[in-house]
Amino acid sequence: MLRITGLSRSYTGRFAAENINIEIPRGSFVGVIGRSGAGKSTLLRMINRLVDPTAGTIEFDGLNVTTLTGAGLRGWRMRCAMIFQQFNLVGRVDVLTNVLMGRLGHMPAWRAMLKIWSREDRLIALAALDQMGIANLAAQRADQLSGGQQQRVAICRALVQEPDIILADEPIASLDPRNTKLVMDQLLRINRELGITVICNLHSLDLARTYCDRLIGMAQGRVVFNDVPAGLTEDIARELYGLEAGEVMAAQHAETVTA
Amino acid sequence: MLEAGMLEATYASAVSARRMRSIQGAAVLIIAIGLACWAAEVRPLTLISKIGNFTSYIDRMFQLESGARVWTDPAEWFWGLWKWLGLLRDTLLMAYVGTLAGAFIGFLFCFAASSNLMKSKWVCQGFKRLLEFNRTVPELVFALLFVYAFGLGPVPGVIAIAIHTIGAMGKLFAEVVENIDMKPVEGIAASGGTWVQQIRFAVLPQVQTNFISYTLLRFEVNVRAAAVIGFVGAGGIGDELLTSIRRFYYSDVSAIIVMLILTVMVIDYCTEKLRHRLLGGEVHA
Repeated sequence: MLRITGLSRSYTGRFAAENINIEIPRGSFVGVIGRSGAGKSTLLRMINRLVDPTAGTIEFDGLNVTTLTGAGLRGWRMRCAMIFQQFNLVGRVDVLTNVLMGRLGHMPAWRAMLKIWSREDRLIALAALDQMGIANLAAQRADQLSGGQQQRVAICRALVQEPDIILADEPIASLDPRNTKLVMDQLLRINRELGITVICNLHSLDLARTYCDRLIGMAQGRVVFNDVPAGLTEDIARELYGLEAGEVMAAQHAETVTA
Repeated sequence: MLEAGMLEATYASAVSARRMRSIQGAAVLIIAIGLACWAAEVRPLTLISKIGNFTSYIDRMFQLESGARVWTDPAEWFWGLWKWLGLLRDTLLMAYVGTLAGAFIGFLFCFAASSNLMKSKWVCQGFKRLLEFNRTVPELVFALLFVYAFGLGPVPGVIAIAIHTIGAMGKLFAEVVENIDMKPVEGIAASGGTWVQQIRFAVLPQVQTNFISYTLLRFEVNVRAAAVIGFVGAGGIGDELLTSIRRFYYSDVSAIIVMLILTVMVIDYCTEKLRHRLLGGEVHA
């Protein structure tokens, strides 16, 4: 259970996230929706502690995440892997090494520095790539891959961390429709088969409805909706997007149809 | 019609304002140059009237003791070839060791001096100022101090070059690091990588070719610096060059300078080739 209480982040007088209270049970697939700048990214980054909250607490199974530092913090980051919109791979390094970055916390520091990966780690990384159907790309430089392939590599890196939670920050915003489906299907598979909690920021309401079993709607740094997807009414969608909800849904419907 | 006329007038006045500013800027620049010349006692007349001393020295440099031109008797001109080659080797080694040591320490320091990696503003500024100090004090001054401390010979020269190189390389390296793409760094931080691991796996792959390229360039600079540092007794060919100048061994001066120029040219050529191969290889790698 991930419990977030009174979580806020302010930047010189402006709140990027304000008084967020949510509880996320293990194994759920949660979609965080809202307009750009609504605080979705800030929320995810605070959970991973890439951004430090200015108030409130994050708690995971009794562990207070907000006060962690040093090795404790790194241990937490291993348990809650992160996937980014821009993949955040090391472009000049080969794919397998990029995936092995997810194993850094599982090996002695000196071995990591000398890039002496154990056979076991390499097999874990290759197996992850194989599950994503890209094991044949293992020796290629990451920046030579297409966006969809890079995002799958990033998912592999997250997977080999053997995390409890995967935080996905707009994982499909830079991908075409086919890769969007591929990546979302993989996240769903990971969630269903491995029981890893997935928290995913999404722009598209349609996708959020299709994949998530719970939606958190954010507007201006605040949580304005927290329920099952069926509970998302037109009124709430209007509040979230500041548009006629019909417009939102029609526009997004059109988007997916033409795609 | 009226509207178009007004638009044209607005445009013309904007252009003329810009032109006016350019003219004012040029005027200020010319006045500043004049003032600087006056303060620094720049005397073109002295330059013209005394130019003969300069040309006659050059002329004398290319004459042997016998009065013959140096190239008529190369064996006599380069009578000290083996001795000078030995000293030149010392100079090259001073530059080599100084560059390696300086680049290595500069490499270690640059990450702490990069504002994107070093979150503590104080530590970052501290390292930046340290590097600044290292490169602001000229090598020659360091060499003088170290000759005084450690005595004559190449050791003070090497230390002086190394210290200056730490400052110069550390600054350049830090600038390269500050221009990297931070997304991979964030990716590794988010999976629980330590600061050193973030550098090892996300920063190094992005900067290593530039680092090597800058170090090669610095080696070439340091060869020249090592030659000059010899002037204060820090070993190598510079010592010999200064002696020849002081004792009016004219043809020796020209012989040593020719050797120095040739050496620097060869090193320039080689490092340039290496750097191009490195940076070119980057595209295909």
